[in-house]
Amino acid sequence: MRLSYPSNVKVVKLPCTGRVDVLLILRAFESGVDGVYVAGCMEGECHFLRGNLRARRRVEYVKGLLEEVGLGGGRVEMFNMSASQGQLFAQFAREMTERIRSLGPSPVNKNVKREA
Amino acid sequence: MMVSAISSPPVSGGELLKEGRNLLMELSDRTTNKDPAKPVGAVMVVGGGIGGMQASLDLAESGFFVYLIDNSPTIGGVMSQLDKTFPTNDCAMCIMSPKLVGAGSHRNIRVITHAEVKEITGPPGSFEAAVVRRPRYIRADKCTGCGECAKHCPVTAIDSYNEGMSKRAAVYLRYPQAIPKIFLIDRDACIGCGLCERACLAGAVDYGDREIIEKISIGTVILAPGFEVFAAERRPEFGYGVFPNVMTSLEFERILSATGPHRSHLLRPSDGAIPERIAFIQCVGSRDVKCGNDYCSSVCCMYAVKEAIIAKEHVPFVKPTIFNMDIRAYGKGFDAYYERAKADYDVRFVKSMISKVREKQGTGNLLVTFLNEEGKPSEEEFDLVVLSLGMTTSKSVRDMAARLGVNLNRFGFCETETFTPLATSREGIYVCGAFQSPKDIPETVAQASGAAAAAAEMIASARGTLTTKKEYPPESEVKPEEEARIGVFICHCGINIGGVVNVPAVKEYASTLPNVVHADENLYTCSQDTQEKIKNAVKEHGLNRVIVASCSPRTHEPMFRETIREAGLNKFLFEMANIRDQCSWVHMHRKAEATEKAKLLVRMAVANARLNRSLSETEVPVVRRGLVIGGGVAGMTAALRLAEQGFEVFLVEKEDRLGGNLLNLHYTIEGGDVQAFLRELIDRVSHSSIHLLLNSLVVDFSGVRGNFTTGVMTAPAMVYQKIQHGIAILATGAEEEKPDGYLYGEDVRVLTQLELEDRLYKAGEDAANLKEVVMIQCVGSRNEKHPSCSRTCCATAVKNALKLKKLNPAMNIRILYRDVRTYGFLETYYTQARREGIIFVRYDPEESPEVKKEGETLLLSFEDKILKERMTLKPDLIVLSSASIPRENKELANLLKVPRTAEGFFLEAHMKLRPVDFASDGIYVAGSAHAPKLISESISQAYAAVARACTILSKENLLVGGIVAVVDGERCAACLTCVRVCPYEVPVVNVHGEAEIDIIKCKGCGTCAAECPARAIDLMHFTTGQLEAKVGALVGG
Repeated sequence: MRLSYPSNVKVVKLPCTGRVDVLLILRAFESGVDGVYVAGCMEGECHFLRGNLRARRRVEYVKGLLEEVGLGGGRVEMFNMSASQGQLFAQFAREMTERIRSLGPSPVNKNVKREA
Repeated sequence: MMVSAISSPPVSGGELLKEGRNLLMELSDRTTNKDPAKPVGAVMVVGGGIGGMQASLDLAESGFFVYLIDNSPTIGGVMSQLDKTFPTNDCAMCIMSPKLVGAGSHRNIRVITHAEVKEITGPPGSFEAAVVRRPRYIRADKCTGCGECAKHCPVTAIDSYNEGMSKRAAVYLRYPQAIPKIFLIDRDACIGCGLCERACLAGAVDYGDREIIEKISIGTVILAPGFEVFAAERRPEFGYGVFPNVMTSLEFERILSATGPHRSHLLRPSDGAIPERIAFIQCVGSRDVKCGNDYCSSVCCMYAVKEAIIAKEHVPFVKPTIFNMDIRAYGKGFDAYYERAKADYDVRFVKSMISKVREKQGTGNLLVTFLNEEGKPSEEEFDLVVLSLGMTTSKSVRDMAARLGVNLNRFGFCETETFTPLATSREGIYVCGAFQSPKDIPETVAQASGAAAAAAEMIASARGTLTTKKEYPPESEVKPEEEARIGVFICHCGINIGGVVNVPAVKEYASTLPNVVHADENLYTCSQDTQEKIKNAVKEHGLNRVIVASCSPRTHEPMFRETIREAGLNKFLFEMANIRDQCSWVHMHRKAEATEKAKLLVRMAVANARLNRSLSETEVPVVRRGLVIGGGVAGMTAALRLAEQGFEVFLVEKEDRLGGNLLNLHYTIEGGDVQAFLRELIDRVSHSSIHLLLNSLVVDFSGVRGNFTTGVMTAPAMVYQKIQHGIAILATGAEEEKPDGYLYGEDVRVLTQLELEDRLYKAGEDAANLKEVVMIQCVGSRNEKHPSCSRTCCATAVKNALKLKKLNPAMNIRILYRDVRTYGFLETYYTQARREGIIFVRYDPEESPEVKKEGETLLLSFEDKILKERMTLKPDLIVLSSASIPRENKELANLLKVPRTAEGFFLEAHMKLRPVDFASDGIYVAGSAHAPKLISESISQAYAAVARACTILSKENLLVGGIVAVVDGERCAACLTCVRVCPYEVPVVNVHGEAEIDIIKCKGCGTCAAECPARAIDLMHFTTGQLEAKVGALVGG
């Protein structure tokens, strides 16, 4: 569909969002990313039955952790969309980018080579 | 015009334009049948919709070569145009695209599009077909599907994919996911300017392309040409084509779709306003004697409900109204969907007959005039009117049937018999899908699998004679500790990537990354010559990892994996970076950023590829025997069909005799003799390959697809035996529920339909004494306890009522119903019943009929909606159409770990596309155990289960392993987390106190790896190390 979305979004492919673990999300923040979102199938339509529900729970858990350590729970999010909803994918990419921009760069990121 | 035959010496590529890229050589080797006594191990499937694709995949997976012919330039059929599917609201394209890709890339399926069958000659089992391939003007062997041609084409033509509501170029691809992804030129629209030829860097445009007739040898044929929607202009009173805001249901479907003309924005045609009041008019071109379509199209009620729900989801303030005669929500889960539409989505249903639609001057709004249920004329205003068009067969399909000598019924659908629903009038030619009778997707898919089994049976002895298995060079060992030597190939994709991303800069960057020993760029990395280039590079530079930075792994990874495998590398040593769909296409106006991102994506791929490991897939032998549980019509048919395909079968029946529910039936609505059919079937089940176990119960069950072990106990001696088998088919059936209320069981004059049928069969002369008979529908169905429709009772009531009328024409018969659900051609019997004076009276569940007794007189009272008063009758007989409920199956479900619905029917893997599969591979369901069914439907489904089973039984070995979860026993604390979280119940804790995951059962979702607190489980190819490396490469550098 070639709908444009911000180029700072990079995709890490997984077989199912059920594979996303808490540590992986934390590692991403540790290595300096400013935000993480998990894009899974619609609830109830998981190709592997329930992986997306588990992913949501883990994302919620990480949210709490980030809040506690002061990074802000808003830096991580779970979205659901079906494979045909390209427009939703682009919309979430824009929304999340906006949100992260307003939160500013992650304080973890030592690499201070970032845009305003 | 040119004629070429596959049997003749190899023809040149220019003459024989192939759809696939590698097929040319192989096809020339395939020869015509040399020995006419031996069947040909190939099947021609005509029609590449969902049915045709399913049949092709089942056959190709069972050892037969398939020619899949489609009239259209692409496969996918009508389903490709649908937005969502009922009753799950799954996205149609999402669930269909794996089948598209599967059929398009299967090495034993040759897809021939833009073509039709001219004639079929020769004896069944050894047919010769002549196929006419129309010119495409784009060379299939060169087109990469990049779309540059369409971008440069100056012509705007009407886009039929969007039902004419949007425009496309003269050179086009029907829809973005189309298979084959090869463009074509619409010569009616083309102005011959030559721009596309100049724009095409692949040199695929060929204005000189011509029609080709090809002769193909096949054993059997499956017709799956699908349907055409009724031409709305034939009902001029609805104003289609005159008033812009009257549209067809398929147009509305496109409007709702994300790939539709308004990108899923709900806008009406006249002024682009959001229509608030939307009317759906049902039965346009169906149930219509006047236009010659006195049949029900079976799907319109449900798709109208679906479209109403989706419209409401898009725009919450819309008010959909569905004008209908009956709502025929007879399928599995349909009634719940219908009830949800009413309760949760405020969809209004009005029982009515529409007389006409007018436009209100100056507003574009429409005035719908109708007769309401009380028979009063009414009028209502709407912003948009959607006509729910019925299914018909197209002229081209009817012409083809005539050419092939296949009989059609009076409505132009394929003629079939009740007990042989998959066979056409011509031996060796089978049918499935909407061409057989109007039907929805799951029934089409089930019937398609069924037709595959029927088509395979005749040529079973030729299984594996024409299919090929690829021979690979030995795999060179790549040890984990060995230094990675990575080759990176960056694709320009014409200008799709190269026009945005600075590919040479990315290539330069890639060569600086650790372990990258070779980096190169290609115009089209997917082209045939580039594959050779990659293979040579592997040898020349000693590569042990290959990365292609190009398009989507979804479409191209299998092909590149194949390439590196041919170069002697394990396919899991391949990695892809998607710098087109996820970069150049979506950041096309930010070239510098896109280039930076492409570099980063390549860096991530490199980080990941360094940790890619060779994964072995091991072969495990298949026990080539089947187990069928249940000896009714579905079970017996399944067992017999498996046996006829050459497999040994165990047929387990709980009772002391075969027959199941058929023992209670005597005649079908079409007049078929059930008992004669049953006797013949039982007779044939005494087959040398069928082990019949009566009085037997399944008591234990273990194993995985290809290798199950089942314990069976046989009464009266309680002999226990263990059976080894590769597949299991559950056909435990359903039975008529003993009704509650209406004095059933208290008065002999109140009986069920089955009891009536038995009585009529045994003592038909009694009918002479009956003056007044009342039938009550939906007894025990469509209520809180049993929300589903029992599907068969309307037809059964009509059948028995017609029988009573025949025995005693003077009899008064009333059928009290909620909706008459005589779907498909059953409708004709409903028409006949009314014509013969049988009275149909609708009741609402809140005002159910009441039965009481005064002395010896039965009194039945009901609310008459037309007279608006309560009527009381004194019937001689009250017949209850009681619900169909599953036979006892709970224990069996527990043993086999297969799910059931809330009502106790077995639950298939996917409502739409896997109607006879369970989620656990190797176990299938057939017949009424799945949901209530007619005999013909149970037979189709039994064949379907056989086709699915044969995809396993036909193989000597199954490949297992690859992307699966692996346990490090040392670290496992046996905490049972994996056992708890696995959606497929695969992990077990073994005798060593460690979790064990059977690689045969594991589906590779990675949930256990993500949850394991000790990190003892890892998912191969997506290991924690790889994911962390990938994420680590995201930042810095």
